[in-house]
Amino acid sequence: MIAAVGKVYEWELAKLLAQKRTYLGLISAILVPIVFVVVLVLQTGGPNDVPLGRYIRDTGLAAPFVVLFFMSIWGLPLITALVAGDIVAAESHNDTLKTILTRSRDRGQVFAGKVLAVLTYTFVAVFAMGLVGLLAGTIAWGFHPLTSLSGTKVSGGHGFGLLVASLAVYFLPLAGIAAFGLLLSTVTRNSAASVVGSLMFALLMQLLGVLPGTESIRPYLLGTQFEAWHGFLRTPADWVPVIRALWVCALYISIPVAAAYLVFLRRDVASQ
Amino acid sequence: MSHELPVSARGLVKVYGELVAVDHVDLTVEKGDVFGYLGPNGAGKTTSLRMLLGLIRPTEGSIELFGRDPHVAGAKALDGVAGFVEGPTFYPYLTARRNLRLLAAYDDGDSRSRIEELLELVELRDRGDDKVGGYSHGMRQRLGIAAALLREPKLLLLDEPTTGLDPAGMRDMRDLVRRLAGEGITVLLSSHLLTEVEELCNRVAIIRKGRIVYEGRLRDLLATAATGFRLRSPELERAKALLLAQPGIGEVTSVDGSLRFQADEEAVAALSIALGQARIGVTALVPETASLEELFLGMTEGERVEGEVAAKEEAVA
Ligand SMILES: Nc1ncnc2c1ncn2[C@@H]1O[C@H](COP(=O)(O)OP(=O)(O)OP(=O)(O)O)[C@@H](O)[C@H]1O
Ligand SMILES: [Mg+2]
Repeated sequence: MIAAVGKVYEWELAKLLAQKRTYLGLISAILVPIVFVVVLVLQTGGPNDVPLGRYIRDTGLAAPFVVLFFMSIWGLPLITALVAGDIVAAESHNDTLKTILTRSRDRGQVFAGKVLAVLTYTFVAVFAMGLVGLLAGTIAWGFHPLTSLSGTKVSGGHGFGLLVASLAVYFLPLAGIAAFGLLLSTVTRNSAASVVGSLMFALLMQLLGVLPGTESIRPYLLGTQFEAWHGFLRTPADWVPVIRALWVCALYISIPVAAAYLVFLRRDVASQ
Repeated sequence: MSHELPVSARGLVKVYGELVAVDHVDLTVEKGDVFGYLGPNGAGKTTSLRMLLGLIRPTEGSIELFGRDPHVAGAKALDGVAGFVEGPTFYPYLTARRNLRLLAAYDDGDSRSRIEELLELVELRDRGDDKVGGYSHGMRQRLGIAAALLREPKLLLLDEPTTGLDPAGMRDMRDLVRRLAGEGITVLLSSHLLTEVEELCNRVAIIRKGRIVYEGRLRDLLATAATGFRLRSPELERAKALLLAQPGIGEVTSVDGSLRFQADEEAVAALSIALGQARIGVTALVPETASLEELFLGMTEGERVEGEVAAKEEAVA
């Protein structure tokens, strides 16, 4: 069973690596922090009103955090949706589901392989963006201690650890968007509709969080979880938003994935 | 014993909204059969095959492939079964070799030598490193056969395997099917070409508007068809007069500049001598093997006069 899913997963990755949209997504994830740093090097002033924005020129460590903030609005959701919305719809478009579903793999195994592949892509996009941001920032401004959100100084090594932990937590809400994209991709069988639909979903989640009167539900909105990493950058670390992100995102991931799974298991594979 | 049957489908129904695409179809394919599934466009051949392969869920009815139901046992029911519906498809952005390796991995095998062997068999070895996106229809069709054979099947389900191929491609595909059948693979092949089914298949089912109108041995079906002959001559009128006077010759009609008649072989032999003696030149005197075609048309369109609506539908189509 695990070996069977492993084989599907391996080939799902191979398929992603053979498609242009994968590179479009990953190259965007890498280019954004580079452009961001280059612009700041050439200009004076900076993003003073975002978390850690004031310290952007103090250390390369601040750059990826600031980029994370900006990319949460639509950048990374779009990069995620680009592949998540396509992963099943592309099979419908190429009519290849019938090809792979008449081999020795059950539908559930094929689906599991696809879920893992989408999550892997999303994970790679987040870490590529964060680590390239760190690299670009370090080249521009050096690798120095970071000023935390509580105003204390954090050593470079510790700061790097916090960045990795932050990227991991930041991955969770993106995985929620990926799961939603996968559901749309399975149900609509249309790649463009799924990409646009998941981006709309991400924007709606952000919008709900800034409208008046939504304070009570705000902690449970997907968009809010993009800020959970702030908890790591306080001294002492504030685990409340991190723990909440864990279970809230678990719901945002598992519900669409379960729904998509049921649809995928039962759907007719016929010409449309 | 019945669970050993390669294909045993009972009471298959598929309804799409108002349309009954497949209407209580029974199919039985026995080991070693080359089974022809014959029907005009839109008759329900592909829909039936999709149900057999577990791709779409029947509205009603049961399916067993070697005793296992693909809608219950999942991929396990397809052990030993391979094929394609409506033309094989592949990932256009991968090469043919990579596509086959992917499918082999989905089958728990990755024998590169077997892949090379099959590419050789379908004459795609030189083009194996080209992306399938750039393949012609015929190349894709051949790659589809290779992909099916990769599973080392005991049962092959092929949906109109020769459709869209040029004459040489058709001949090659038929030769291949014959060869595979010779190696002991049971084949179920759908077609709307009678000559093809006649050439390849020992048993047939004829489907029309979702319903089976004939199932059985092809030989029996042919036997029910009256045997006729066709005569061509530059002196058609004289020939016709002679035919009408000749014993053992009946139902003489003129069709498209030739004469058709019913007779047994002896009478035909005598006729040829009589024609020679009367110095009437003959350009063709051939048995009418197209009778299956007529039978087929009779069966698939015979009940056409079901009211104006039906007639209009056909006219539009
Ligand atoms: N997914 C679908 N949704 C709605 N109707 C469908 C669907 N698939 C097939 N049909 C209808 O079912 C009927 C049978 O179609 P099917 O494709 O099985 O015919 P076929 O015998 O394979 O024809 P052809 O020789 O043209 O391939 C047709 O009337 C078709 O329009
Ligand atoms: Mg068809």
